[in-house]
Amino acid sequence: MNKIEILIIDDEPQIRKLLEIALESNEYKVWQAETAKEGIVLAANHPPELILLDIGLPDKNGHEVLKELRSWYNKSIIILSVINNEEDIVKALDNGATDYLTKPFRTAELLARIRSAIRRNQQAINNDTTLIFNELQIDLTARTIKKNNQLLKLTSTEFNLLALFANNEGRVLTHQHILKEIWGVGFQTETQYLRVFVGTLRKKIEDNPNQPKHIITESGIGYRFQ
Amino acid sequence: MGIFNTRQFSKSTQLLTSITIVLFVSIGCFFTTHLIGYKVIALLLLMTVSILAMLFDIMPVLISALLSALIWNFFFIPPIYTFHINTAEDLLMFCLYFSVALINAVLTFKIKQTEKQARDREEKENTIKLYNTLLNSLSHELRTPIATILGAVDTIKGNNNKLSSIQQNELLSQIDIASIRLNDQVENLLNISRLETGLLKLHLQWCDVNELINLVIQKTTTNKQIIYTTNDALPICKMDSGLIEQVIKNIIANAIQYTPNHTIINIEALVIDNVLSIIITDNGNGIPTELLSEVFNKFYRLPNTKAGGTGLGLSIAKGFTEAHNGKISAINNLPKGLKIIVELPVETTYINSLKNE
Repeated sequence: MNKIEILIIDDEPQIRKLLEIALESNEYKVWQAETAKEGIVLAANHPPELILLDIGLPDKNGHEVLKELRSWYNKSIIILSVINNEEDIVKALDNGATDYLTKPFRTAELLARIRSAIRRNQQAINNDTTLIFNELQIDLTARTIKKNNQLLKLTSTEFNLLALFANNEGRVLTHQHILKEIWGVGFQTETQYLRVFVGTLRKKIEDNPNQPKHIITESGIGYRFQ
Repeated sequence: MGIFNTRQFSKSTQLLTSITIVLFVSIGCFFTTHLIGYKVIALLLLMTVSILAMLFDIMPVLISALLSALIWNFFFIPPIYTFHINTAEDLLMFCLYFSVALINAVLTFKIKQTEKQARDREEKENTIKLYNTLLNSLSHELRTPIATILGAVDTIKGNNNKLSSIQQNELLSQIDIASIRLNDQVENLLNISRLETGLLKLHLQWCDVNELINLVIQKTTTNKQIIYTTNDALPICKMDSGLIEQVIKNIIANAIQYTPNHTIINIEALVIDNVLSIIITDNGNGIPTELLSEVFNKFYRLPNTKAGGTGLGLSIAKGFTEAHNGKISAINNLPKGLKIIVELPVETTYINSLKNE
């Protein structure tokens, strides 16, 4: 079987070396670029399954690189950012980044994000209507959810929210994105609705809503469903 | 400082004010000259210039001295309405008036200058002292984890076959812990510099305070018990969740670091009249009442505390709280322990979820 190919675009040799070892030891084939220019050329000549893109490159603003890549590349792009700057991350996600990690990150976390992103690439064609997350069983056609085979009662908005989450398993969705999807254009800043609905949804589907296992908070950015 | 603040006025304001005052006093004198005589008026004008010397810079005072001398000459020394001086006595007095006014102005100016130099020196000394404290605690806080990492790496590289796998894992764990500690310190430093440079910009968002507190607890690793009972009555509050998360995190970290084993940390949150209070209490040893007000000062560490910590955590919590126009205070908890109260004025909303269905 061919190895899955990952392209790293990062100007820090230490980070590239670390990623190379971590990824190759997990059976990925790694390509490396030091500059935005080199990265874009490499990606165009040889489209990888996933790109790890450092947002702070010396030769070009990371957001520009992201936009340029997104104009033709539709597989996963995970942003690596050194600053814990929420606005920057939200901007990257809204510009089409699949996910983000802030340096320093843990390798296990990185690998989990990569696996989940690649799984989504390959699932794009898959039209399953029943999604299963451990004890949760969500039927998107019948609009029902079972927890440990017990039917849960959700309101219509709660189910829409859950369906949006479930269709984006493992992926961080920004507040603005969720608000636009569920409540429509014009509601992007009304995060108070989102807070309330996530709260009630957690109470229904989580074992312990205070320590959620499915709807994970990404501080200042959004939510991730798993 | 009080009256010295007048020197922060612009030069032209100072000059204008001085001239106005001299003119006012002169007019007043002009109408009373028949009662007190022109020689007493010289003393009155001299006093006016002396008072101005205490308030303003040298230039406006010198100009006032000159102006008042001319006024005295023109309007008061006979023959009036001329600059002519008839008697030798009056001429001597005029010269004396002018000299005394000048000497007065210059002396006062010099005294003020010396005072300012002393203040500057003191300020500089304080800065150096603060800087030294920073360097001492920082070099310790940064070098300890670096020393751990380098030492562990050298040991693993050098004694590969003599180390048991248990020992190797132990060294790797130490590298892990040291790196996290290093990262925390860097985060603190970045936060303190965000506060110092005044570049802090609030990014207000609607937040679920219960979610925020639970998240901080979830991210905290400790063997001490942290209790938070979710308050279902809390409204959604508008605030900068990133900053408030850091505030809660730092207060909890402080409680964890400086309390004995088996300490219980208790968190409460409530909103009264659009003020969100987050109260973090521990049942540790508390701190002496007279030191309570000091704990939020930058680089302040209680006497005789164990190694570790830069004295930055609580000062960052204070800075971020104040950036929200909030208040932070520390009191001793009864029967024992420390209670830290964060009060934030917030916009709130109680939306009923079902209403929107």
